[in-house]
Amino acid sequence: MTYKIVHYINQFFAGIGGEEKADFRPESREGAVGPGIAFKAVFGKEAEIVGTVICGDGYFAENMDEASEKVLKMIAAFNPDAVIAGPAFNAGRYGTACGAVSDAVGKKLGIPVVTGMYPENPGVDMYSKDIYIIKTSDSARGIKDAVPAMAKFIMKALKGGSVGSPAEDGYIERGIRVNCFHEKIGAVRAVDMLIKKLNGEEFTTEYPMPVFDRVPPAEPIKDMKNALIALVTSGGIVPKGNPDRIEASSASKYGTYSIAGVKSADEVAYATAHGGYDPTYANSDPNRVLPVDVLREMESSGEFKKLYDYFFSTVGNGTSVASAKKFGAEIGARLKKDGVDAVILTST
Amino acid sequence: MKLELCKINIKSVKWGVSTEVLKDGTLQVSKEELLAFVADDENLKSVKLDIALPGESVRIVPVKDAIQPRYKIEGEGQVFPGMVSDVESVGSGKTLVLDGAAVVTCGRIVGFQEGIVDMSGKGAEYTPFSKTCNVVLVFEPKEGVEVYAYEKACRLAGLKAAMYLAKRVYESGGVSDKTETYEIASFAESMKSYAGLPKVAYLYMLQTQGLLHDTYVYGIDAKKILPTILHPNETMDGAIVSGNCVSACDKNSTYVHQNNPVIKSLYERNGKDINFIGVIITNENVTLADKKRSSAFAVKIATMFGVDGLVISEEGFGNPDADLIMNCHRAEAAGIKTVLITDEYAGRDGASQSLADAAVEANAVVTAGNANMIVTLPPMERVIGFTEYANVIAGGFDGSLKPDGSIEVELQAITGATCELGFNKLGAETW
Repeated sequence: MTYKIVHYINQFFAGIGGEEKADFRPESREGAVGPGIAFKAVFGKEAEIVGTVICGDGYFAENMDEASEKVLKMIAAFNPDAVIAGPAFNAGRYGTACGAVSDAVGKKLGIPVVTGMYPENPGVDMYSKDIYIIKTSDSARGIKDAVPAMAKFIMKALKGGSVGSPAEDGYIERGIRVNCFHEKIGAVRAVDMLIKKLNGEEFTTEYPMPVFDRVPPAEPIKDMKNALIALVTSGGIVPKGNPDRIEASSASKYGTYSIAGVKSADEVAYATAHGGYDPTYANSDPNRVLPVDVLREMESSGEFKKLYDYFFSTVGNGTSVASAKKFGAEIGARLKKDGVDAVILTST
Repeated sequence: MKLELCKINIKSVKWGVSTEVLKDGTLQVSKEELLAFVADDENLKSVKLDIALPGESVRIVPVKDAIQPRYKIEGEGQVFPGMVSDVESVGSGKTLVLDGAAVVTCGRIVGFQEGIVDMSGKGAEYTPFSKTCNVVLVFEPKEGVEVYAYEKACRLAGLKAAMYLAKRVYESGGVSDKTETYEIASFAESMKSYAGLPKVAYLYMLQTQGLLHDTYVYGIDAKKILPTILHPNETMDGAIVSGNCVSACDKNSTYVHQNNPVIKSLYERNGKDINFIGVIITNENVTLADKKRSSAFAVKIATMFGVDGLVISEEGFGNPDADLIMNCHRAEAAGIKTVLITDEYAGRDGASQSLADAAVEANAVVTAGNANMIVTLPPMERVIGFTEYANVIAGGFDGSLKPDGSIEVELQAITGATCELGFNKLGAETW
């Protein structure tokens, strides 16, 4: 039998255009397009690329939920046996889109799916726990290795084979601990490891400790009188009504809100979206979490130059480290671009 | 200090009129004699004896301890000092070992949960005691005996049986098949002879959380000790015995204390790659003050000996993870390089963080496997003990025991499966 496969790619690999076409909306085409031709050659008669779904990276990134849903519908319309996405190499937004599409296919269609990325692609951080991502090189030059590896993986899955180790099947570690039998007993392995450590030789731990990302504090502000100060909170303070629908727990986003001209984050205009603490006191006076009132007083008395015109807010309740890291990087970049000198971070 | 282990290879076990090793390597045991020796009318209503051999369709449950039959035939003291023998220091002279044999104790210790040993099938791949020829003691308590007294009676009966078997074999003229010699010189001497080699000690953590989570050293409950130094040979004569078996996968039975593979492995590299200084024992008490005191004291001993490296083995999981990481952190801060042996509780899907504590200094870790992994143990033709306990054994869950006699459990329930002395080949990797 010939398996039916749908391929997801971005506007660039579809030959539609580069960054200027990044807003390209989801589109479905019959047959193979772009890198799909290479897959076709590898599949031979075993599988066929029945359709290709294309979406611009910018469009996908800015409309993730909607884009994901549209793409999924278009994929499902082909009634495929499996899906391949990318490979995205080191393209960040493309990687994120491939990850989101693969994740949705796996969870909602329940059919085999695989994508490919460079290990440092941000999509890896976001999705490697949920999907299988074949390890690729950082640029499209790696396509000749990525295609056969992805094809091999998906064919194995289609034939009902169980997934082997990352080394065997070429995917990026998903962080799942799996038991195995070594050649030597644990005590011998331990003494071998200690001797290597003592001799300054290379050794590999069998259990890499979870890494805690520690950020060294920045230099203190030297000229406070001329400083631009911003407010960022994980306490969930948002304009009343929660316009961005930030989740009460496990937030997938943060909001950016103007406070230009706002004297106080009062209870008429603001409330918390946070579901992880008793909101009574935050809601009766949101300044308790987002101290706009005090900062305005200090601003007018000249203690610092200006309160930045926007605040950023998310909910730090069951929110994954991966999401928090992504929010932080984006917020930080924006603050830096706008010349903010210091940030007051409030949590709850 | 020099100890010779005179080993007789035991290939099978059977009942007979006398206790001796037959020409074909079969350990013949007089049931009556053994029963008479271990009887404890005050605490035990009955002791039943059984045999379980490798490959047989036999399940032993709930298992309390496994002990290797040993008897000192030369030198000071006797095996299991302070428990069933006088408290003289052991570790020198000659000790007879019935290699390949084990005494396995099995008892219905109400309210607590112990392990499973399968002699064949999937479970046999994980427990070390599917490879030994086992004399099994099944206990029932006398009515009204409180649980701690009963636990102690079971513990002592197992040790007595193990000593008795080796003693009778010696008295009946048993001849050893091979002799292994273990010797490290005095500290002053070994410093001179192995100058230039890194000095290594073994930091041996003993489970001491109470309530069937205890370990005994020369008869003392190790909860009450300050960390101290042992000659490695002392462990071979049973200076350390097990009083624990809950979540049996990573509790050290007396057998693995007697055959500590870390000690054996350090001996093998001694004089070649390292200068093996000795063994520092410490405990795993439950309060923070106790943890700090023991950790500080143990590392201080290592520092006083000028040790360059430490192998640190944990016993148990969760709370003791804090002791393990504290020991590692303090040792590394004192400039001592460490390797840790632990096991993991990464969840049934393997996706969770494996240990309850972590430190960046813990960059050299050997793992004995994920104890949450589910295994299905096939039905066995014969069950020694009480199989209805499968549901309440740690690592079992509601419905563990299927109508056909198979048991679905976490590896956690299998005696010695993820032994943190590094007794097995099992490990874990990231997928």
